[in-house]
Amino acid sequence: MDLLEYQGKQLFAKHGIAVPSGEVANTVDDAVAAAEKIGYPCAIKAQVLIGGRGKAGGIKIAQNAEEAREHAGAILGMDIVGPHGEGPFRVDQVWVEGGSDIAEEYYASVILDRGEKKLLAMVSAKGGMDIEAVAAEDPDALVKRHIDPSGFDAAAARSIVADAGLAEDALDDAAEVLVKLAEVAREEDATLIEVNPLIVTAGREVVALDSKVTIDGNALFRHQDLAEIADTVDDPQEQMAKEKGLTYVKLDGNVGILANGAGLCMSTLDVVAQAGGAPANFLDAGGGSKAEAIVNALEVIKSDAKVSAILFNIFGGITRCDEIANGIVTASQQIDLGMPLVVRLDGTNSEEGLRILAKADLPNLHQEKTMLDAARRVVELAGGAA
Amino acid sequence: MSIIIDEGTKLAVSGLTGREGSFHGLRNKAYGTDLVAGVTPGKGGQDVEGTPVFDTIAEAVTEAGANTSMIFVPARFAAAAIDEAIESGVETVIAITEGIPVLDMLSTYWKAKEKGVRLIGPNCPGVLSPGKANVGIIPAQFFDPGPIGVVSKSGTLTYQIGNELKQAGTGNSSIVGIGGDPIVGSDFIDILRLYEADPDTELIVMVGEIGGDAEERAAEFIASDISKPVVAYIAGFTAPPGKQMGHAGAIISGSSGTAQAKKDALEAKGVRVGESPTETAAIAAEMLRSL
Repeated sequence: MDLLEYQGKQLFAKHGIAVPSGEVANTVDDAVAAAEKIGYPCAIKAQVLIGGRGKAGGIKIAQNAEEAREHAGAILGMDIVGPHGEGPFRVDQVWVEGGSDIAEEYYASVILDRGEKKLLAMVSAKGGMDIEAVAAEDPDALVKRHIDPSGFDAAAARSIVADAGLAEDALDDAAEVLVKLAEVAREEDATLIEVNPLIVTAGREVVALDSKVTIDGNALFRHQDLAEIADTVDDPQEQMAKEKGLTYVKLDGNVGILANGAGLCMSTLDVVAQAGGAPANFLDAGGGSKAEAIVNALEVIKSDAKVSAILFNIFGGITRCDEIANGIVTASQQIDLGMPLVVRLDGTNSEEGLRILAKADLPNLHQEKTMLDAARRVVELAGGAA
Repeated sequence: MSIIIDEGTKLAVSGLTGREGSFHGLRNKAYGTDLVAGVTPGKGGQDVEGTPVFDTIAEAVTEAGANTSMIFVPARFAAAAIDEAIESGVETVIAITEGIPVLDMLSTYWKAKEKGVRLIGPNCPGVLSPGKANVGIIPAQFFDPGPIGVVSKSGTLTYQIGNELKQAGTGNSSIVGIGGDPIVGSDFIDILRLYEADPDTELIVMVGEIGGDAEERAAEFIASDISKPVVAYIAGFTAPPGKQMGHAGAIISGSSGTAQAKKDALEAKGVRVGESPTETAAIAAEMLRSL
């Protein structure tokens, strides 16, 4: 689960890392009121879960109330596309914060290094820009060091910030920030914490001017405050799926997908794309084969107006295909799909499952024996690519 | 032969008294696995259909001779159960549980390393050595004994490929589900090394997916340390960046962890990568015939 910039900063503040004070606003009037309270200059920053906001015009400095109104009006409601084509993300909230007098811009992060199975601290004196580009151009400019599982103290942190070439008079404070970022990782179950830029102000104070924080969704049971943030989902289908307890990811195609198991489901999306189609979603039905789960899944998929055909790809292991077939029959009595449903059942009790479906003779239901044939068929029925 | 589990496996199941644990533990026993103990704190002295239950895994080791532990404990207690298993004296711990906080696994991973205990999972379907033993939730009916070693991040995708291999008339030395979490006890490399040393494994099928760099690391390792042919499959070419695709570890971060990068890394080292599960099984069967 990713946090918005201001949510990350609130987490930083909780752990004693200096951040500019600010307020969140959902309307232009609220943004102007916040700016008036904070004073000028102030920054109006789009709150969306993607980098590259500045380049996209999502961060503006206001010198007075008039500019605050103009910038908030332009930013609220805009769509921001990420540097890797993510999104677009609609801006529903802005964060208004006091302007900072920047002397230096650095980069600091603590991330989970999956390969090495350790937390990795990274620091650079070249902050305020795309750190992947900095590392590609000048690898030595980014100091990377694993955090010893047995502990991480000020001395270890100081050697990292010193090696990164940060200003001499900022080393102690920057080291303290790095120690606290590692503390945020451990105590808040964050798998990624990035501060870009970490600034030194004209008054030589070290302040986190931005935040990018990812919290481990599996650890939310021990973080009540963060769990509440996780409950807010923007996309209507994703919200509906969440309420029904389904693992669903919205995509932008027209072929609705339901498969069992995360790996098989990803693979199903891939073969549909190979067949020339565009998947509308990822939906892992899991081991559940109950009619209720199937009804829930079909309701979520159907509520996406783009979807024009659905593929149901099941390989029964422990899950039995006859139970799934009964679930499909029951579901079709409860919900009017109004579009073709292609079903591929293989694995445990698949023959019995296919017999149940054939007997029910459901309108608009198409059976295919293999995953590849099913993918081709659903793409054809969906009317080609979206 | 086979890897990780075989006729000598003596299994203790943590969570055997629970609904899932008893269902799968007893299925494993019915397959022929030597189920020697269940473990549930506070339920020592009871039994599950004749299998004695102990309060601790250490007792299952000393009293019942367990050498392999399977963890079927709810997520928030599972890391502690794995830690207990690591200290208990078993050689192998297979953790099925999904949803364990990753930072808990970080410390558990290093505990297993220090003790020299082999940890498989978590969030995995377990290990099957056809005809010998089954520890976990893999449906054994799709796998016959044979010369192909399978290692995979995914459950159902592996059953799909296994079933196609069976229809092609071949079978498996072992099937190892390493799990779909960001931190797992054994990576592709650890299992590839075991298959390389296993005389009954002639060919290896490796099933990866988006997220992390375990496949890229495996590509390097295959080039330097594996003499047996390897066929790979990668899932998630259509996955968008920044979205978790079911498995906690299946996420593209920025531009890293993409399926294309993994495919490219493997092909650069001469590993054939199938376009679909079906093609992957077909390539494996064909390569086996030409060995």
